[in-house]
Amino acid sequence: MTALLELRHITKNFSRPLDLAAKIARLAGADVREIVVHALDDVSLTIAEGEVIGLAGESGCGKSTLGRIAAGILTPTVGARLWRGTEINLLPMEQRRNAALKIQMVFQDAFASLNPRMRVAEIIGEAPHVHGIDIGGDLDTYVDQLMRKVGLDPSFRRRFPHQFSGGQRARIGIARALAVKPELLVCDEAVAALDVSIQAQVLNLFMQLRADFNLTYLFISHDLGVVEHLSDRVVIMYLGRIVETAPTLELFRHANHPYTQALLAEVPTLEKRGHDFTPVTGEIPSPIDRPPGCHFNPRCPHTMERCRIEKPAFREIAPGHWSACHLNDAH
Amino acid sequence: MTVLVVENLKTSFFTKAGVVKAVDNVSFSVGAGKVLGLVGESGSGKTVTAFSIMGLVDPPGRIVGGRVLLEGHNLLDCDDEAMRRLRGDRIAMIFQDPMMTLNPVLRIDTQMKETLRAHRAVSREKAHDLSRNALGRVGISSPDERLKAYPHQLSGGMRQRVAIAIALLNNPRVIIADEPTTALDVTIQAQIIFEVQKLARETGTAMVWITHDLSVIAGLADNVCVMYAGRIVESGPTADLLDHPMHPYTAGLIASIPSRNPRGKPLAQIPGMTPSLLRLKPGCAFRDRCARADAACGVAPDITHPTTARTLRCFHPITATAETQ
Repeated sequence: MTALLELRHITKNFSRPLDLAAKIARLAGADVREIVVHALDDVSLTIAEGEVIGLAGESGCGKSTLGRIAAGILTPTVGARLWRGTEINLLPMEQRRNAALKIQMVFQDAFASLNPRMRVAEIIGEAPHVHGIDIGGDLDTYVDQLMRKVGLDPSFRRRFPHQFSGGQRARIGIARALAVKPELLVCDEAVAALDVSIQAQVLNLFMQLRADFNLTYLFISHDLGVVEHLSDRVVIMYLGRIVETAPTLELFRHANHPYTQALLAEVPTLEKRGHDFTPVTGEIPSPIDRPPGCHFNPRCPHTMERCRIEKPAFREIAPGHWSACHLNDAH
Repeated sequence: MTVLVVENLKTSFFTKAGVVKAVDNVSFSVGAGKVLGLVGESGSGKTVTAFSIMGLVDPPGRIVGGRVLLEGHNLLDCDDEAMRRLRGDRIAMIFQDPMMTLNPVLRIDTQMKETLRAHRAVSREKAHDLSRNALGRVGISSPDERLKAYPHQLSGGMRQRVAIAIALLNNPRVIIADEPTTALDVTIQAQIIFEVQKLARETGTAMVWITHDLSVIAGLADNVCVMYAGRIVESGPTADLLDHPMHPYTAGLIASIPSRNPRGKPLAQIPGMTPSLLRLKPGCAFRDRCARADAACGVAPDITHPTTARTLRCFHPITATAETQ
């Protein structure tokens, strides 16, 4: 398998520059510092062609930021982005744009990502028209084809987004992304807002489209059940770092990192009846003020002295199974 | 002992476009220290049921029938003043978004003491102690610092704990929780469910836990009611109902959960979508999406009792023998 998209040592910080008053206060000797949110800390991820990667983690772990960097919406503070082995930023303008079109994003809130004043046919048809995509015929037929492909009746083409239900809007978001013939879809919580019965329909659509268009997915979700069902490989993030990655079955059977284990233990399932929860204590620390060493150390049941000082190395512990935990050095 | 009984509750919204029967003949009861799970998708009437019990339905909505008995006393007969005395005292509510409960410009201690002193004559010192204890009970560490904080200084999980602590302050007989953990992360959700489970057992408070997530219910509730288009289509003890769903809708919901399906295979799905309550045809509301529907379903099915503990609204239930085929 060749690497389709490779993210190398990505770090992303968000900061708000100091305003004039704060700068003057600092000159006068006040202790004013810029607040920096460390969203991603040296994250590397390789997405192979045809693969479905499930990216899971809790709020604030940086999964959406990583997705947006993968899709080219955000630029990393440090790090490189390679498309089929070449760094995207070093490509000539036109090739860079073509590479960018090959990666499309499907958002969680289809209502916020669809222009409320445009008709569905315009929403889906605009991008291929602007970018001169080869659609093999006229635009109307192409839009109808796409709508049928995602399970929408083409007779709805003149409607506005507010005239659709949540599940149908999700389908419009998908059709819009597919219109420029992408190879990689970054889906950021694409089914999170949908009811269970509708979620199943949209997940089935994702799987069908993957087979039809030979798509690669970076599927971001906080729902481990969805991730398990869909992905070939799962990546678990915690507070800006990848803590563990493994083929799906391996990860769900032999979770290595204490955070992954805690996460798997606490996902409610139909099978855990009247079960007494023994939750991990504490809350997710703020990405502004991160704990030193391993980010999970304040909540981890196995914390050692070393965890508070040293960042654990991300090492391969079994074929394809990588984890960042000091416990793996013990034996 | 049964604390809350809801009988044939009907709440309708009289809109310009027509009458919406958001809650249609809903009946259930909850015992002391028990947790009842009320499950359904968006628009199924779960929240309107909760609001009807609490007397919070605003025009154009109106409760048009039924009874809500809190320890034998019908809440629907209460005037506004009597309801105000009961709310926050005998019956409390936890909302999905804790910022609906918390006042953003008041400190936590002010809000907690206010809740206490609105219902009983307690000294400031006593109110402070009670508030601190309540925070301790929901697993908040260093309660003294938290009491002095404003809501925006707390994380989402912490705010929801404070909202739960406020609901617990006056030791209510019933707490109605409307999707209280839906907006929270898995680890935080587990912590809160853990606390709630413990509290219900210890204090004997009856809980009505509203959610769209069957998996949460599986771990928490003693009994489950499944709502669809304003009606309870099926109810029963949690384990029995989840293992042997009889209504095709319940069975469809359970089957469409990703972890119940072989990995990578298409998910079992319920076709179509939830009907608009405004244009609800007579008969069973689920029949357009149901594989078992036939001409008989043109009439709304009445409640039947397949076993003593269960209720069902369906002419063609899934029986144990049909399931194994």
